[in-house]
This record gives sequence, C-alpha cells and structure tokens, in this order.
Amino acid sequence: MDWELARNAFWPILSGGLTGTIPLTLVSFAIGLVIALFVALLRLSPNVILAWIGTAYVSVIRGTPLLVQLFIVFYGLPNLGVVIDPWPSAIVAFSLNVGGYAAEIVRAAILSVPRGQWEAGYTVGMGTARTLRRIVLPQAARVSVPPLSNTFISLVKDTSLASTILVTEEFRKAQEIAAGNPDQILLLYLEAALIYWIFCTALAAGQSALEKRLDRYVAH
Amino acid sequence: MSPTDATGAGPEGPGDVLEPEDRARRGTPLLTVRGLHKTFGDNHVLRGIDLEVRRGSVTALIGPSGSGKTTVLRSLNGLAMPDAGTITAAPSRRQVRRGVPDAESPAGEPLTLDFSRKITKQQRFALRDRSAMVFQQHNLFPHRTVLQNVIEGPVQVQRVPRAEATWRATELLERVGLAEKRDAYPHELSGGQQQRVGIVRALALRPELLLFDEPTSALDPELVGEVLAVMKELADEGWTMVVVTHELQFARAVADEVLFLDGGVVVERGNPERMFREPRRERTRQFLHRLLHPME
Repeated sequence: MDWELARNAFWPILSGGLTGTIPLTLVSFAIGLVIALFVALLRLSPNVILAWIGTAYVSVIRGTPLLVQLFIVFYGLPNLGVVIDPWPSAIVAFSLNVGGYAAEIVRAAILSVPRGQWEAGYTVGMGTARTLRRIVLPQAARVSVPPLSNTFISLVKDTSLASTILVTEEFRKAQEIAAGNPDQILLLYLEAALIYWIFCTALAAGQSALEKRLDRYVAH
Repeated sequence: MSPTDATGAGPEGPGDVLEPEDRARRGTPLLTVRGLHKTFGDNHVLRGIDLEVRRGSVTALIGPSGSGKTTVLRSLNGLAMPDAGTITAAPSRRQVRRGVPDAESPAGEPLTLDFSRKITKQQRFALRDRSAMVFQQHNLFPHRTVLQNVIEGPVQVQRVPRAEATWRATELLERVGLAEKRDAYPHELSGGQQQRVGIVRALALRPELLLFDEPTSALDPELVGEVLAVMKELADEGWTMVVVTHELQFARAVADEVLFLDGGVVVERGNPERMFREPRRERTRQFLHRLLHPME
C-alpha cells in the first residue's frame, strides 16, 4: 500500500466529490422532485389519459437501467442531431430517473393524507390547487421524507455512473489517478468508496434531523 | 331561548357577533332544498329530501347510520353532489351588502343549483361560500397552530389582512376559552378543545350558515358537554345551524325543527319537544326508544 499516494490523492478525489458529485446530486434531485410531483399528479388525475401517461412514465424509468438511460441521452440523442454536453446530459438523465422513482413516493404520500383534510380545505373556501399546496403537500412532505431520503442517498452513489459519460465527478477523479498507478487501484478505489460513505453517512444524519423537525406537530 | 323565539329578535345579549344583513333577514329562508336524490353505486342514499333552512333557526338531522343525514348535510355545501333535486340559496350577505353578484346569479336573485344538470365549479363555490362546516373528526390542519388553523380561510381565501384576522381569531378563541392555546398544535389539545377550535375555524369565515356533522360523536363522553355548550351559545346568539347529531337532549334544548331520516327519506319532521314526546310514525318511535333505552 502506497500511503503517500493515498494522502496525495485524497484532496483531488474529495474535490471531485465537492465539485462534481454533490452539485450533480443536488441539481438532479431538485429537478427530479419537480418532475415527481408533476408525474404523481398525473397519476392521481381522474383523467384516464393523463393517469396513463404518468403510469407509463414511471414504468419506463423503473423498468430500464440508469446506465442505459444515461447512454441514450449522451451517446444516443446525437443521432437525432441533439448533442448535449456531459454535465447537462447527466442532469437530464438523473432528473428523469429520480422523477420516476420519487413520483411513486409522492403519490403514496399524497394518498396518505386523510380525505377530511381535503374537505376541511374546501370548506374554508380553498380550491383543489390551494388545498393541495397549503394543506395536503406539507403533510405529505412529512410522510415522504424517509423514502425520499433513500432516493437521495442512492442518487449520490448513482452519480458515479456519470463518469462513463465524461463528467468529472468523484469517481472519475479516482479513475484518472488510478490510470497512472495501476498497482494501487485497490487503494484508490477504496479511498473513493470511503469518501462516498462519509457523504452518505452525513446525509443519513441530516435525514434523522429533518424527520425530527417535521415531526414536531405530530403526537407520539 | 325557547324554540319559538327563533324567528324573533333576541334580547341584546352577545348577538352583535351576527352580521347586520343576516340579523335583518332573520326568519327568511336561507336554503330551500327540494327533492334531493343521491346514489352511491347501488346504494340509493337519498330518495327525495325536502328541507327549508330559515335564518336564525337550528335544524337537527337525526336518524340511524346510513339514513342519509350526513349526505344531506354535505350536499348543503357541495361536498356531496346529489344526482337530482335543487338547492336554492337566498342572495348572499356579500351580495346584499355590496351589490356584488354571485358568479351564477345576478345581484338580488337567489342562487339555484339544479343537480339534474351539470353544476359548475362557480356554482359550487358560491353555495359553499355561504356556509362553514364542523366535522366529526375535527379535521384541523395538524401542521398548523391553532391560530394558523383559524386564520387560514380568512387570510388565504377571503383576503382579510393578517393582523385583522389574527385579532378576530383571538377574540373568537377567547369566547370559547382557548385564547391561551393559540400557539399550540392541534395534537396538544384534548378532543373537546380540538372541536371547539374547529367551531372557531368555522366562525372565523363569517358564514351565514353553520353545518355540524356529528360534532360530538368522536369525543369521550366527559368532553361532549363543553362542545354542546358552545353550540348552544351560538344557537342562542341567533346563528343559523344545521346539525347532524345523536344528542337528543341537545336537539330538544336547541333545535327549532328536527328531521328524522331513515332510508334516504324524511320519515318525520317537527318540533323536537312534540316529536320526542309523541312521535307520529312507528319508525320514529322505535328509533327514539332505542336511543333513549339502549339496553332494552
């Protein structure tokens, strides 16, 4: 084991995480949530066609590998004349992917809010949209924090796939260093794994704190 | 107040909480319901309900579960949509006050919803705008404090300035003895307190009509009294109320008219004193007997 190399590689790999993995995760997750809410509402729509579109979207996203989705966006679309840079490609693919998975979570969370809450919203004079926004979604948010956190943490790790479409994120940094040190690949990849683990552990702690905060108005 | 006073102007009392337009129109019809029918799947829950709600009156709907009483109540504010029949609502207070027409009825005319035709969203909102509802399961917003629950409708929907809504909400909470709970969350309150907040949330909307859907049925027995006391006070102040209830004592003390529903029809209606003493229909007699003597 070349500890000197490990020490020298630590900062480049970590900075790949800070400048690649983390922003990629945050942006994709934020956009993905918007997509998820939209798709969840499609699926809950009384309109059969809209509901079907939502269902089909979720089915396609969940039924195909993320790696394939990435490759379709980055390597496939240029055949149609649509050329997207690595970073935006990764964001598009990850957002669409998160949208599909989180849509089911958001849908279940909305359905978990009792019917009486909708009715209470209506009887104070609110319409469907306002009741959804002010009454139902805040309560659904609480229910969906644990499963959405899982999706988020998975995404942190899944962004390593972006290394395959030339995005310089944490794992690609590790690969680049490993390429020059073929006898230290194990060490460098373990080091990358350790940094992912630290990120995810910190996030899990953040998840608990958020759940506690959101639980403040619920009886125990 | 005896039931016969319902249409007369009460003594001074705390009646000033009523809006002047409502007070002036006391005794006139607020809602007129004709021939309501409603089917859920194979279940014909309403089979031709007629009902007239006069301003300042208290109407109690009683009957076994499945009799359709809750569906009637929910029809009055558009939470349930009947399949046939009409609901006619007198011109709203806002309309009278400012000459602002309802979306679906030009100023001065009553609003009529004919359920055999398509009801527009505007019609449903115009009907709902006149009433506020108190639910069996209070349905307070669990993520909002007591105060936030109460001002939600006034601030978000009616565009009342927040300071004014807060001031009024505090005053209403004071009246039901919950002013010091204004920053508590609903789960921190007892069932009776939750239901009193539910009533205040309804009052804060300044409705013309208060609807109560079995407001004490989900409460522990020792908490029922505090809620009924508030409701009685409102009735005494001259609020127009329609109450679905199993509390016969309350109905007798407060209601001007009782409707006994069974199988989706009004089996009997009339003054509670008379009906409870000498029901005219055998079905009414059986029901009252079972409610008063559950062990027999």
